[in-house]
Amino acid sequence: MASVEALIEGLQGVGYIASRRIATALYMAVNLQKPILVEGTAGVGKTELALSTAALLGLPLIRMQCYEGLDESKALYEWKYGKQLLYTQILKDRMGEALKDAPDMDAAMDRLHGMGDLFFSEPFLEPRPLMLALREDEGCVLLIDEIDKSDEAFEAFLLEVLSAYQVSVPELGVIKAKTPPIVFLTSNNVRDLGDALKRRCLHLHIPLPDAALEQRIVASRVPGIEAALTQQLVSFVQSLRTLDLRKSPSISETVDWARALILLNAKTLDGDVVRDSLNVLLKFEQDIVAVEPQIVEMIRKPLA
Amino acid sequence: MQAALEDFFRALRSADVRISPAEAIDAHRTVGVVGFEDRELFKDALCATLAKTKDEVERFDRIFDTFFAREALGTRPPPPPEGDGGGESDPLSGLPPEAAQSELARMLLEGDPAGLAQAMEAAAERAGVAEIRLSTQKSRLTRRLLDEMGLAEIEKIIANARRLDHGAGAERLDAARKGLVAQAQAYVERQHELHAAESGRNLREELLARKALNAEGGIDPVDQAMMQALVKKMAKRLADRYSRRKHTRWKGHLDVRRTLRRSMSYGGMPFDIVFKTRKVDKPSIVAICDVSKSVAAAAQFLLTFLYSLNEVVDRLEAFAFSGRMISVNEVLDEHKVETAILEVLKQIGFQQTDYGKSLEDFCEQHLDQLDRHTTVIFLGDARSNYADPRLDLLATIQKRSRAVIWLNPEPESYWGQGDSVMHRYERFCHVAKPCNTLAQLERIIEDVLRTYIPH
Repeated sequence: MASVEALIEGLQGVGYIASRRIATALYMAVNLQKPILVEGTAGVGKTELALSTAALLGLPLIRMQCYEGLDESKALYEWKYGKQLLYTQILKDRMGEALKDAPDMDAAMDRLHGMGDLFFSEPFLEPRPLMLALREDEGCVLLIDEIDKSDEAFEAFLLEVLSAYQVSVPELGVIKAKTPPIVFLTSNNVRDLGDALKRRCLHLHIPLPDAALEQRIVASRVPGIEAALTQQLVSFVQSLRTLDLRKSPSISETVDWARALILLNAKTLDGDVVRDSLNVLLKFEQDIVAVEPQIVEMIRKPLA
Repeated sequence: MQAALEDFFRALRSADVRISPAEAIDAHRTVGVVGFEDRELFKDALCATLAKTKDEVERFDRIFDTFFAREALGTRPPPPPEGDGGGESDPLSGLPPEAAQSELARMLLEGDPAGLAQAMEAAAERAGVAEIRLSTQKSRLTRRLLDEMGLAEIEKIIANARRLDHGAGAERLDAARKGLVAQAQAYVERQHELHAAESGRNLREELLARKALNAEGGIDPVDQAMMQALVKKMAKRLADRYSRRKHTRWKGHLDVRRTLRRSMSYGGMPFDIVFKTRKVDKPSIVAICDVSKSVAAAAQFLLTFLYSLNEVVDRLEAFAFSGRMISVNEVLDEHKVETAILEVLKQIGFQQTDYGKSLEDFCEQHLDQLDRHTTVIFLGDARSNYADPRLDLLATIQKRSRAVIWLNPEPESYWGQGDSVMHRYERFCHVAKPCNTLAQLERIIEDVLRTYIPH
């Protein structure tokens, strides 16, 4: 983490080919201790960046997948209700014995207040991802995946965690992280995030890569692939992206396709191989139908 | 450097990149970490702190390149003095003595780009060049900038030199002066690009938003595209604000009372744990849009809003009518906004209005869609060509629905004049408002969404 160059090299060591902009944003996030909001279309390596960072720094990764309806009891903590209720049952039995010999009501109340109140205490607390992340004393990488899928209320709830690295549990008080975790938030832009959240984060938009970068990514992700095939398949994918498709293939699809081609023992691209494996690249029937007639031409005339 | 960064923030803000003081502080901390040495690193780091969406990143890149493009200044060295025997000589030779006292003349003739750039920055600050708002201010500000730099002095030196017959020196200085003027013009041009170009567009958009939709001649074709974009922007804003609240049903807190009640059957053992839930009322809107001849100018925009409402509200039933009424839900769902509007207009647009007939159509076929959660929005001018307005049907609609809102593109003073039956319809509406500019439309729809849609 000494410099941006060192970071690029380090990430490459764990199999993530980072552009300069990505590495700079990560470098700033670590140095300024701010969360980093990663945007980009599905499959450009947003989640992978967090995983690779955790691997690079040797920190545990705590992952929280957001979805509609996610609330603090699933993200932060929950009381173990069943145990709490059983506890009150036991308490009731014990209470009678303990208070039996109290002379009057006031004395009984005094004695009651004297007993430890365990109902809301750590043993009954079930920590969830955010709490776990704050409790990691050595620091960790916290990945809040697809924050745009969560509700607005949850987003507001995150603000305290993200700016001060602490949470308030009404019954217990404030829990603060000893070592602030490195926080990644990813978003697919399902909805616009609030300004308050954006303000607290560094922003990183990962675009689809150019051909040279994509070739390096494929080479690093799919060991043993031949350079000629890599070049051919990347240029095919790049020209696919220029078409008007419902979902153009992103990096993860390219990598999957490269693996599929290896499985199919393809040495070079030809019409049949591509047609057979096109469903790895394109996820919509209409897209496949639209592309199929052009396959041979696209292989023959790669993008300049 | 702080001043330069602040200027940079201002340029970014005028390009609609929102930068709060907190982000400005972050940017300063960023600069503290990365320093200025590596331009790429400096740019990327600032970009990560300041630009918060994809669009903003693009604008940031553009502004950064324009703002920090200072190297170009004063790269042309002036021709060395001739006939004095070598480049070692004093560049001020061949000029009257007052030239030696002029700092600017020295810099110009020695070719000191850094000094010149600094002098120009300082002068620009005194002349207030960064305050530029309109392109017409360019020449005046250029002149002021040059005056502040001391151009008058140079001109005097040149005049003196000519008078005292120092022809060669005067020519050299004059050439340098011309170069300086060109640089000053370029500088002001760049400032205009940084600070004013965006605000000029914003001004035009603002005017457009306030322009009456049914004004004489309608919207200028030149503005048409901009108007479409504006409508989309407003729709997006509304969608962002109101689409989020759809699912606020939450679960998580123990409902102690009901849990204890249920545990009775197990002898007080809490097997069955109940959590608090909150039911969310699902809003629904029925929008009925007039697309007849009399509202022709406004029809496009009413439909555009219908379209955006369709994206905002979960349960929107959209209808359009002129002579008869049809449901346009499918058209709105299937097509993009431009084609959807054309399609609707093609199917039913620009015919004779008949409000009575249309209400009849609605009541016959779609009355069952109204219940106590439904808000009915009419968009139309209530000009019924003297046909029976069928007030009884509107009364039925009012009785069955939660609220009836009428948005009329005509100003209130026209209501009830000629064939308009607005005043008679108004009695059955919870809200009846004129709405003939885009800004009004947005405000009213927002009010509607806030007040009449429970969340």
